[in-house]
Amino acid sequence: MAKKRVVTTKINGDTVEFLCEPRQTLLEVLRNTLDLTGAKEGCSNGNCGACTVLMNGRPVDSCLVLGVEAEGAEIKTIEGVACGTHLDEVQSAFLENAALQCGICTPGFIMQTEALLAENASPTEEQIRFYLAGNLCRCTGYDKIVQAVQSAATKRQSGCGTTACCH
Amino acid sequence: MRDFEYEAPTSLGGALAVLSKGTAKTMAGGTDLIDQVRMGRHAPDVIVDIKKIPELNVLQHDASGLRLGAAVPCYKIYGHCGIVSDYSALADSCRIIGGIQIQSRASVGGNMCNAGPAADSTPAVIALGGVCVIAGPKGTRELPAEAFCVGPGKNALQPDELLVEIKFPARAAHSGSHYRRFIPRNEMDIAVVGVAASVVLDDSGQKFVSARIALGAVAPTPLLAQAASESLAGQPVNESSIAKAAELARSIAKPIDDMRGTAEYRVHLVGVLTQRVITAAVARARGENIGHAH
Amino acid sequence: MTTAPKPKYKVIGTRPIRHDGADKVTGRAKYGADIKLSGMLYAAMLRSPHAHANIKKIDTSKAEKLPGVRAVVTSKDIPEQGDRIVELGEGAVNMRHLASNVLAREKVNYRGHAVAAVAADNIHIAEEACKLIEVEYEVLAPVMDVIEAMKPGALVINPDVKDENGKPTNVAKTFCFEKGDVAKGFAAADVVIEKEFRTATVHQGYIEPHNATVHWNNDGKVTVWMSTQGTFSARQQTAELHRIPISDVKVIPMEIGGGFGGKISVYLPPVAAALSKKTGKPVKLVMDRAAVFEATGPTPGSVMKVKIGAKKDGSLVAGEAWVAFEAGGYPGSPIGMGCMCVFACYDIPNAKVDGFDVCVNRPRTNAYRAPGSTQVAFAVESIIDEICEKLKLDPIEFRLKNGSQEGTRRVDGPVFPRIGMKETVQAIKDSDHWRQPLNGKNRGRGVATGFWFNCGLKSAASATVNPDGTVSLLEGSTDIGGSRTAIAMQLAETLGIKAEEVKPSVVDTDSVGYTDVTGGSRVTFATGIAAIEAGKDIINQLKERAAIIWECDAGQVRYEDGSVHGPKGVSLTFKQLADKLHHTGGAVIGRGTSSEATQGGAFGTHAVDVEVDPETGKVTILRYTVAQDAGTAIHPSYVEGQFTGGAVQGIGWALNEEYWYDTNGTMRNSTYLDYRIPTCYDLPKIETIIVEVPDPQHPFGVRGVGEVPIVPPPAAIANAIHQAIGVRMTELPMSPPRVMKAILSK
Repeated sequence: MAKKRVVTTKINGDTVEFLCEPRQTLLEVLRNTLDLTGAKEGCSNGNCGACTVLMNGRPVDSCLVLGVEAEGAEIKTIEGVACGTHLDEVQSAFLENAALQCGICTPGFIMQTEALLAENASPTEEQIRFYLAGNLCRCTGYDKIVQAVQSAATKRQSGCGTTACCH
Repeated sequence: MRDFEYEAPTSLGGALAVLSKGTAKTMAGGTDLIDQVRMGRHAPDVIVDIKKIPELNVLQHDASGLRLGAAVPCYKIYGHCGIVSDYSALADSCRIIGGIQIQSRASVGGNMCNAGPAADSTPAVIALGGVCVIAGPKGTRELPAEAFCVGPGKNALQPDELLVEIKFPARAAHSGSHYRRFIPRNEMDIAVVGVAASVVLDDSGQKFVSARIALGAVAPTPLLAQAASESLAGQPVNESSIAKAAELARSIAKPIDDMRGTAEYRVHLVGVLTQRVITAAVARARGENIGHAH
Repeated sequence: MTTAPKPKYKVIGTRPIRHDGADKVTGRAKYGADIKLSGMLYAAMLRSPHAHANIKKIDTSKAEKLPGVRAVVTSKDIPEQGDRIVELGEGAVNMRHLASNVLAREKVNYRGHAVAAVAADNIHIAEEACKLIEVEYEVLAPVMDVIEAMKPGALVINPDVKDENGKPTNVAKTFCFEKGDVAKGFAAADVVIEKEFRTATVHQGYIEPHNATVHWNNDGKVTVWMSTQGTFSARQQTAELHRIPISDVKVIPMEIGGGFGGKISVYLPPVAAALSKKTGKPVKLVMDRAAVFEATGPTPGSVMKVKIGAKKDGSLVAGEAWVAFEAGGYPGSPIGMGCMCVFACYDIPNAKVDGFDVCVNRPRTNAYRAPGSTQVAFAVESIIDEICEKLKLDPIEFRLKNGSQEGTRRVDGPVFPRIGMKETVQAIKDSDHWRQPLNGKNRGRGVATGFWFNCGLKSAASATVNPDGTVSLLEGSTDIGGSRTAIAMQLAETLGIKAEEVKPSVVDTDSVGYTDVTGGSRVTFATGIAAIEAGKDIINQLKERAAIIWECDAGQVRYEDGSVHGPKGVSLTFKQLADKLHHTGGAVIGRGTSSEATQGGAFGTHAVDVEVDPETGKVTILRYTVAQDAGTAIHPSYVEGQFTGGAVQGIGWALNEEYWYDTNGTMRNSTYLDYRIPTCYDLPKIETIIVEVPDPQHPFGVRGVGEVPIVPPPAAIANAIHQAIGVRMTELPMSPPRVMKAILSK
């Protein structure tokens, strides 16, 4: 068996060291080794987006990243979005707009929305729908998700978001 | 998943050294490879991560053309103004490979090496006259993009070779290009048919000087539609010249029936898409803004 | 729109933040696959590569020898079931079939059928070990098509399924419903339309794969952590399969990532239990996406022949339907329900329905949102549209004239109580969507109506008053779409307190009374009633406590608007009284159950505008409106969410979703890449109109809303396509190649 590697990375702002086999995906490492189970496994082939995390600021499907590739990278997961006990604008917009039903896709959608708003602070509905197309939701029909993203963008732009402290 | 070793060389020489020993698979974004290893389609003993090699991350656009490192991810390609304006078909294709998350990692080099018949970027690379630069133990060789894929999942690389970059000629005056695919949904699908076209018009914008048309998902490999391309040279830009090219493109399509579409339907789509793609490429050659047009 | 003056509610109709919200937007909510127990083993399954084969031999010895492997199980590790039929929440189940579906015995009946399972130190070892299990198959020809399977002489998939003469058959069940005189009815018709329709097998497509973690303790007690639509049903199935008392099994509900009917049957807990029994350690078993598609229960594909007759004045006179559903590898499709739904939207004096449950070599089908209704609505609503076209009648007016209403008798017998079918049609007629003209080439507008029964069944709840004036609510209905909040709101309304002052928890099978599955659009209705009853129980006890404080008779105490009022104008708010409970006899615990109540049925009418690309056959949804009778909307946001979510599943079913099999019976699109569920980029905004015709059988008038919205979309879209390009699509999905073919052969 391939030897386990020591990987040093930064997750949600903290330096983290973990051991992993080359064949373990980043998703497996996050969930099984580091107990960060917010990223979900929906398909394991990059088609549902439930495992979306940010890697060096870019959204990636963590099921299609090897754990060893995290060496030297900066990873942000759903667990790192809220600031202490304060939800950030995207999280609170998802709640206020009832943008989740079963909630399994929600961490992925929130991470993807964070990436979108970092890139484009006031996206149009068309841009939102295009950017989120790699995240599947089977419960909502997407309407309330799109509304939540629009409302988060507005809140963040008007600077009345709840957080700005840790990021 | 199958057990394998992982190497991440930081030099071309280092990568070639690893490739020379045993069953290795090179990995850029890994968006195809990791799933294929999981599914048992590949059984490498070692995965060679080539993202840390400088030569594979080249992204250089100047008067002499474009050099695109094999590991450059899609988002950097469609985020590059020079590529969007001068190699539009390439940007078009990168914008629709998988979701945004996939585009953070997937590269055109990887898309080509994966050699899927329906790969989105390959027809664009072929239409734009891309040339593959390949490194091996005996040095470097070059291969036109249309000769790079040799069968479904098979490329022209020897086991000890590596695709380093793809070179494109400088954009000609009055030229424009476009890639479009047909999919049942609006995103997140594999092309049922994909067509790329690059056209050069005369000064008046009314006549084709030359054209390159490439097709995806209609044969074991992406194809350069030679006769269709040549048929446009010297012809006026009108419905009949475009329809003739589309008809010639249809004639070389030899697709299969599968869950993505019947052969008959695919041949039909080649005609429809070729006309639409040439028309869009012409619009771009004339300096019109047609947006992303996917 | 509301049809009747509504009582003034304080909580009902508001939109509080859901109680489990913070956990679900921070990644803290624990779903089935998120559990990790000390000493836990990871399991993987070996599945059949063949659609139809006899199992000659299974050799697990090489797998057992792989380092890190702790146990291997096959069907031998699940007890023999004999010919038992057991009632399992959503219908009677043949236990031998259920056991064989969980781990194949003599035969595999579909590709992906579970054959063996391995528990190991990690998932990679378990997966490798599966590859070392040697199975000798005798491959049989797959029987994939429902019509082929029904033919005399067809290869029989389940030898124990027999017809009335004792002859083995693939036709596991037949249904026949009839009312009036069908021949006479058709004789009086001025126009008769008869057509054959087909629909493809489609999957619920929930994003969370099935999972189960089981620990078989040394005392014989079994604990199951899983995401399921019904903990009590999962408990019973697991116990029955292992032939142990149900009280020996405790099911702890984890958060559930979608179900839509597909997470009622158990697949994994009995297998993980067998592995845990062998190893003494907790064992976790999670499906991958391909297994979810290939080996859990999709909804059946169907073949339907439907004939409807009407008079020139637009009155319906007769209907006849022949409906065959693919049951999959074992009997049990929702054919009975499909037959009852066929003509449910209309008052047809003469009608007959024949239905057939047919085994084929596909995964055993299961419930999917209004099971059976979407298929038959596609046929009936398409024909209604054609009748309107022939008679030059407006499809809205036609529905207003012929639609079911209070007193209409269904073909299967029951008479509708107060329902809102016509009100939903009227809502579409009055909508902005319907009133705006649709212009442009290749564009069309369609309308269709759908029905679902909605069921009552059994629920239980208990609620404890806390000293700070809040109430802790325990319920057994697993929460798939915000039902904790919808239930808590009904308790809050009953008690006159705020929604936020109720703290709902979904608890395990040892901690709450028997509760049927989260399905049948029943939770907000029936578990709501249980919570209301618990609230009333609390009120009665609070009156007694107040009487102790005021030294009066409990009969002199009134409860109103969240306060107790006693003699001579004394009163205490709920909160004030809650603080005094410790001095007046201790905890106040209210309990409530619901078992007798039945729902009146729900209807929805949808309007859709489409544009068809005449050169590719691709259909684009331009505008979509859902109008549905919710009785009384408890939390309007989540009611709208059910409307839009159901409609979008229906749109997927209509346009692209299908199981695509090759000639060997292998599903070739068992990924989200090629099994194309809609993305947000495929859709416009889905507009919603909540119609409220209160159901008199619920104290607040609730009607379940979950299932109806999936029913109308395929028919509505087919009708819109017809208006756009003049072709009638009779097969689902109406995918681009199929629409293109129809255009070319026009």
